[in-house]
Amino acid sequence: MQVPAHFEYQRATSVEHAIALLTRHGPETRVVAGGHSLIPMMKLRLAQPEMLIDINDLGELAGITVAPGVLRLGAMVRHADLLGSAQVGALLPVLHDAERVIADPVVRNRGTIGGSVCQADPSEDLAGAFCALRAVAVIRGADGDRAVPMREFFTGPYETVVGPAEVLVELRVPLWSAGSAYLKVDRRSGDWAVAAAAAAVATGPGGVVTEVGIGLTAVGRFLAEEAEDFLRGRAATEANLVEAGRVAAQHCRPTADQRGPVDYKRHLAGELTTRALRLAVERAA
Amino acid sequence: MVVNGREHTREIEPRLLLVHLLRDELGLTGTHWGCDTSNCGACVVWMDDVPVKSCTVLAAMASGRRVRTVEGLEGPFGLDQVQRSFALCHGLQCGFCTPAMLLTSRWLLDHNPDPSEGEIRSALSGITCRCTGYENIVRAVRHAARSEAGS
Ligand SMILES: Cc1cc2nc3c(=O)[nH]c(=O)nc-3n(C[C@H](O)[C@H](O)[C@H](O)COP(=O)(O)OP(=O)(O)OC[C@H]3O[C@@H](n4cnc5c(N)ncnc54)[C@H](O)[C@@H]3O)c2cc1C
Ligand code: FES
Ligand code: FES
Repeated sequence: MQVPAHFEYQRATSVEHAIALLTRHGPETRVVAGGHSLIPMMKLRLAQPEMLIDINDLGELAGITVAPGVLRLGAMVRHADLLGSAQVGALLPVLHDAERVIADPVVRNRGTIGGSVCQADPSEDLAGAFCALRAVAVIRGADGDRAVPMREFFTGPYETVVGPAEVLVELRVPLWSAGSAYLKVDRRSGDWAVAAAAAAVATGPGGVVTEVGIGLTAVGRFLAEEAEDFLRGRAATEANLVEAGRVAAQHCRPTADQRGPVDYKRHLAGELTTRALRLAVERAA
Repeated sequence: MVVNGREHTREIEPRLLLVHLLRDELGLTGTHWGCDTSNCGACVVWMDDVPVKSCTVLAAMASGRRVRTVEGLEGPFGLDQVQRSFALCHGLQCGFCTPAMLLTSRWLLDHNPDPSEGEIRSALSGITCRCTGYENIVRAVRHAARSEAGS
């Protein structure tokens, strides 16, 4: 039987309360959202926080709102809520594509988007999607809010810019893309990715790609800026989409593990990038 | 915590998991406990009307909330339709996955009274069955949907 080590537990009644508790109790204190990454790690004693601050009562963090030009997603939005929002699916199909392949429906009832990005697992699906979309994280601490682009949010495997006495409150997703898509290869339904790619595009007259975002998952880095730089300003022709995939594959940094060797993952990164771009362009039309 | 409509109060350690509170403290052993790693789904219960894996929820997190286990499926007129359909269609063999399958199926039919085979398979995909090959489980859920539509 797997049981976590001893810890204290307290429920936050507001974000400010959570920050005060994190500040007072020190760096061995952690926030718990859905608990679907943290609790398994605590059961395996890979994480041993001395205190957990439960933020599940904070309804203020559970909103999905569309403002002019931006989709605002509270950190406590559950995977199932994001997938259940028809508005999100219409505006940013990449998020629904990704949510459909995260774990299984029961896990998605509990896991949150904030917990997902704060966990910063290199195989995390939403990380690639939010990077492609150029989303911005809003992080609150004792001194107020700061905004950090998702592309600067991850500082390493399981590491983010969120400080020990800070809480991620919101993800702001700018609505610049006309089409977007997410494609993942996994070994079985609901498993973590072998590799995955997110793509978002805006197109202008003559099918020219005026802006593009590409995000990768499980291949060493979430970003594929070289491929974006190649495609931006070029026509969305089949040859250019294939070349963008080749560039993404060339610059990713997969490592071999039980999910596959480096060559295979690199191949997937390229092929999935091209296919996600193709689908995003189709959806933009 | 209100479990199957009954209020329970306990002093617990924060590290106690919901599955163990239900089984060991409240004696509700219908909630099964399998992989312990959030994968098999044998431990599914409803918390505030939503299916969750109770091996990955702290009992303290469920404090003050509503929990429904397989023992709470039966209504005033006897077994729930999903229970009757699983029995009729041989939707179980050893029964280990069955409480979770029943609770998740009940939730599915409450939200989608006429699910397709694909929707059923997807809704139940977080729960592993090692016996049935799933065919009869899907058939049972379809049977329950038809029975409820007809009644
Ligand atoms: C069986 C299983 C399969 C899965 N498969 C996939 C998959 O295929 N793809 C995928 O992407 N994910 C997968 N996941 C992970 C799932 O998406 C989790 O729900 C998610 O990673 C964590 O969300 P959570 O709300 O449960 O976070 P928690 O476990 O509560 O927290 C995770 C970490 O983030 C911190 N944290 C949480 N919220 C905040 C906040 N607002 N501010 C600051 N810090 C915060 C916590 O302190 C903790 O360190 C799977 C999980 C399980 C159990
Ligand atoms: S025991 Fe909870 S998912 Fe297997
Ligand atoms: S009936 Fe045996 S595990 Fe499903």
